[in-house]
Amino acid sequence: MILVTVGTQLPFDRFVKIMDHLAPTLDEEVFAQTGRGHYQPVHMRSQQVIGPIEFERLIQQCSRIISHAGIGTIVMAQKHRKPLILFPRLGALDEHRNDHQLATVRALRGRPGIHCACNEAELEALVAAHLPTPEPVSDLPERDRLRRAVAGFIGEQHRLFDAKDSRLV
Amino acid sequence: MLLRPAFDEGCVVFATTNRELAVRDGVDGVHLLPDANRDEPMRALASMIASARLMRRVRPHVVVTTGALPGLFCLIFGRLLGARTIWIDSIAASDRPSLSGALARPFATRWYTQWEHLQSPGRDYEGALL
Repeated sequence: MILVTVGTQLPFDRFVKIMDHLAPTLDEEVFAQTGRGHYQPVHMRSQQVIGPIEFERLIQQCSRIISHAGIGTIVMAQKHRKPLILFPRLGALDEHRNDHQLATVRALRGRPGIHCACNEAELEALVAAHLPTPEPVSDLPERDRLRRAVAGFIGEQHRLFDAKDSRLV
Repeated sequence: MLLRPAFDEGCVVFATTNRELAVRDGVDGVHLLPDANRDEPMRALASMIASARLMRRVRPHVVVTTGALPGLFCLIFGRLLGARTIWIDSIAASDRPSLSGALARPFATRWYTQWEHLQSPGRDYEGALL
């Protein structure tokens, strides 16, 4: 199954419509989470909103994900090692408050398992392409670094608060 | 949730806008806040009041948030009640700091961007979750 998702915050009819047209050309069933858009897909099964638990189950089951450039989906695709095609919302078309999804795509392009399409032709080429399963990520040094920074700061503050408390006693 | 290993499980409480997220990730006793964004003033007000109440009840020593609006409210009220605060700007803010992040600046004891090219004095880069 191929999972299409637009996230929970905003509609993204332009993308849903393109995917609906491409769905019959694909060799797998397509399931779309479409948000509160007006366009009703006819060539793929769809649901407006999917809760986080069911969504993660769909991520586990699918062969690849085709998505708006939302961080929630990107994190889930990385966690479950699924090839991910990103199609950014554009601020100019009122698909989001600004063009940060375009910036996300530019910043993440080339990372393992992440493929980016900025227009219909690129999306059409990518959904038809064979995308390999991304290699397992054994360590994420940048993630560990941020965790250490946060844990270190909290530890420092606890010691300060403990010292203050003992002074009060 | 990607930050969870940074917290001491004995003394952390989580607040979220979606209870099912907490269920999915096995977090008990989560605090719920109404979700809001800047396009919906009445919901934003409800979220602000709920955040203020939560901070007054929990009285955290440290507030850590990646935003957006409900997280910003918690950070501000937490700071006003004496907490130290960490703002982690969303990884989606890759071309410039987010608006909520900019508003959080004066109330954040530490302010982290997740993109190295955006670091500047007072906007530290110490890694990224993704």
